Amino acid sequence: MISTIDKVTTESHGDDHGHSHGHAEHHGPRGILNWLTTTDHKIIGLSYTITSVIMLVIGGALAEVIRGQLANPNGHLVTMAQYNELFTMHGSIMIYLFAGPFAFGALANIIVPIQIGAPDMAFPRLNALSYWLYLTGAITMLLGFFVTGGAANFGWVGYAPLSDAIYSPGAGADLWIGGLMLTGFSAIFTGVNICATVFYLRAPGMTLFRMPIFTWNLLVVSILILLAFPVLTAGLIMLYSDRHLGTHIYTVVGGGSPVLWQHIFWFWGHPEVYILALPFFGMVTEIIPVFSKKPVFGYKGMVFATLTIAALSLGVWAHHMFTTGVVLLPFFSIMSLLIAVPTGIKIFNWIGSMWRGQIWFSAAMLFSIGFVVTFLIGGLTGVYLASPPLDFFTHDTYFIVAHFHSVVMALVIGGMAGLYYWGPKITGYMLNERIGKTQFWFLFIGTQVFTIPQYILGLQGMPRRMAIYPNDPQWQTLNTWSSVGAIMIGISTLLFIVNIVASWKKHPAGDNPWDAHTLEWFTTSPPPHHNFFRLPQIRSERPTWDHNHPDAKTLAHGKDAH
Amino acid sequence: MRVEAKILIALGLFFGLMCAVYWTWSLENAGGVMMFFGMGLCLLPGSYYYWWSRRMGPRAEDDPNATQEAGAGYIDAFPGSSIFPFTLGMGAFFIVLALVFGSWMLVPGLGLVIWAALGGIAEGRRGGSR
Ligand code: HEM
Ligand SMILES: [Cu+2]
Repeated sequence: MISTIDKVTTESHGDDHGHSHGHAEHHGPRGILNWLTTTDHKIIGLSYTITSVIMLVIGGALAEVIRGQLANPNGHLVTMAQYNELFTMHGSIMIYLFAGPFAFGALANIIVPIQIGAPDMAFPRLNALSYWLYLTGAITMLLGFFVTGGAANFGWVGYAPLSDAIYSPGAGADLWIGGLMLTGFSAIFTGVNICATVFYLRAPGMTLFRMPIFTWNLLVVSILILLAFPVLTAGLIMLYSDRHLGTHIYTVVGGGSPVLWQHIFWFWGHPEVYILALPFFGMVTEIIPVFSKKPVFGYKGMVFATLTIAALSLGVWAHHMFTTGVVLLPFFSIMSLLIAVPTGIKIFNWIGSMWRGQIWFSAAMLFSIGFVVTFLIGGLTGVYLASPPLDFFTHDTYFIVAHFHSVVMALVIGGMAGLYYWGPKITGYMLNERIGKTQFWFLFIGTQVFTIPQYILGLQGMPRRMAIYPNDPQWQTLNTWSSVGAIMIGISTLLFIVNIVASWKKHPAGDNPWDAHTLEWFTTSPPPHHNFFRLPQIRSERPTWDHNHPDAKTLAHGKDAH
Repeated sequence: MRVEAKILIALGLFFGLMCAVYWTWSLENAGGVMMFFGMGLCLLPGSYYYWWSRRMGPRAEDDPNATQEAGAGYIDAFPGSSIFPFTLGMGAFFIVLALVFGSWMLVPGLGLVIWAALGGIAEGRRGGSR
C-alpha cells in the first residue's frame, strides 16, 4: 500500500520562501564541468555515494580473494606477501574509503540539510573540497598496488614498529599514509560543515529537540570527528617523519615508544567505530517508525543515548590494547562495558517503535531489522571482549574478526536500508522491491554464514592474518562455510547493481512514497536547487506527517508548541 | 543557541572528569593529554556559544512557535558553482604525492593551491557565481 502525496501546499503564506533564495531554477555549467564545479550538497553527496559504493565493490573483491585463499588450509591462490597486502588493503579500503565516507559523506550530505529545512550545507565550497580530498585520498591509497614493493602490508592499523622504514620500506606504505592524510582532512572538513549547518541553518521552529534522529546522530558524529580525526592525522605525520626525517617517536632505539602509536591510533580508532555506526543507527531510527506507522519510541532517550555513546567512546580506546600489558585494565574495561547501556537503550527503543505497529515489510524495513539483529550479535560479542580475561583468550584470533565483521556488516545492511529508503528521494524513482528483498536475504544470511564459523574458529584458537592454517578437517569445514557466506554477500552486492539497472527511471516516486515523517519528504523528488519551494510549519519532530495528517493527535513533546 | 552551547559544555565537562580520573589513576601521559585537549575542544566553542546566547534573543530556529515567515529573507550567499575547491583538492593531492614521488611535485601542487587561494578569495569578494 503506497500512498503518494503529490500536493505541496503549505500554511506558509509568503509565496516565495527565503530559503529558496528566490532562485528555484538553477543555471550553472553542464556535464563534466558541472560535476567539477558543483557546490550543491545533493550532487556532492551523490558523488560520495557512488565513489564509496565503488570502494565497497573493490574492497569486497579483495575480500573474495582472501576467502578464496582460506577456503582450504594450504591455499595457493596468492603468495604470503600478497596475502598481507590483501588484508591490509581490504581493511583500509573498507574502513577509510567506504564505511567512513559513506557514513558521513554520502547520504548524510544529501539528507541532513533537507531534514532541517536548509538550502545547502553551511560551507558549500568546503563541502566540495571535502569530496575532492576524499577522492584524491582514495586514489593515493590505491596507487600503492601499482608501485614496486606493492601496497601497504602492515595491517589496517599500521602498528609501529612494523610500519617503520626498516620493516616496511617502499612507496606503498607512504601512499597509505598520504592517502589517510587526505581523507582525514576531508573528514574534518565534513565535520565542521555538518556542525555549522545544524547549528545555524535550521528552519524556523526546527528546535534542536525536533530534529530527526538521523540529523542528531550526524551532529554527534561530527563532534566526534572533530575530536578524533586530528589525532590520527597528527599521528600519521609523526609516522611519516619517523620513516623519512630521522625522528624516533615510535622507535625504542631512539628513545621513542611504539605503544604511543597504538594509543594515538585507537584514540582515533574507537571513536571512529562509533563515527561509522551512529549514522546507520540514525538511518534505521528514521525507517523503523515510518514502516511501523508510529512515531519513534523514546525520542529523547534516543538523543540521550547517542550523546552518552559519544561521551563514553572517548574513554575506551585501550580495550584494543589490553594485551600490551601497559594499560589500565579496570578503567577501560568499565568504560567499555558502560557503552552497552546506551546501546541497549537504542535496541530497546527500536523494538518499542515496532511494538504493536502496523508493520510494512518493505525492503528498507527488512534491511533495518536485519541491521538491528546483526548489530546486536556484534555488540554483544563486543561486551565479551571488553572483559580483559576473555580478551586475553581471544585477542588476535578469528573471534575478533568475527566481532567486528558482525558490526560492520550490520552497517552495510543498514546502509542498504538507507539507500532503499532515500534512493527514491534522491533519484526520483523507486527501486525494485522484489530484487531488494532477495538482496536482503542473501546479505543477511550470508553475513551470519560468514561470521558464525569465524566465532567458533576464534574460540578454537585460529589466529587472524594468516594465509595458511593447520590441516584440521573441522577448521577446513568452518573456513569453507565462511567462504560460502562471503560469496553470498558478494551476490547480494551484485543484486544491488542489478536492481539499479532494472529499476532505472521506471517508477516515479512522487514526493512521499512512504508516508514518511520528516522534511525531506515534503519537497519534490529529487529536490530542487536549494531544496525547498515552501516549508510547512514545524510543530513537532514530524512536520511532514503533521502536515499530511492534520487531524491526528500531536506528539506529547510536540505539545509545548501550543 | 543555548541548547547547543550546553551540549558542548556538558561533553567537555564529562571529558574533563574522565581525564582527571584516568590521568591520576594511570599516570599514563599520552591518553591524559589527548583527553585533556578533547575537553578543551568542547569547552572552547561551547563557552563561546554560551557567551553569545546570553547576548542575543532566541533565533527563529530556537523558537518552538516560530512561523516560516520568520525565516524569510536573505540568508547568505550560496555560490552555485566554483572551480576552486577542485583546484585546491588537486593541489593538496600533488603535495601529498610529493611526499612519496619526490619534491618536484610540489611545483604543480603549490601552484594549484596558490591559484585556488587567490581565485577563491576573489570569488568570495564577488559573492560567488550563482
Ligand atoms: C558495544 C560496543 C563495543 C564493544 C564493547 C567493543 C569491544 C571491542 C574490543 C574489546 C575489541 C578489541 C579486541 C581485541 O583486539 O582483542 C574490539 C575490536 C574491534 N571492534 Fe569492537 N566493540 C564494540 C562495538 C564496535 C562497533 C560499533 C564497531 C564498528 C562499527 C566495532 C569495530 C571493531 C573493530 C574494527 C575491531 C578490530 C580492530 C582490529 O583490527 O584489531 N566494535 N571491539
Ligand atoms: Cu573499540
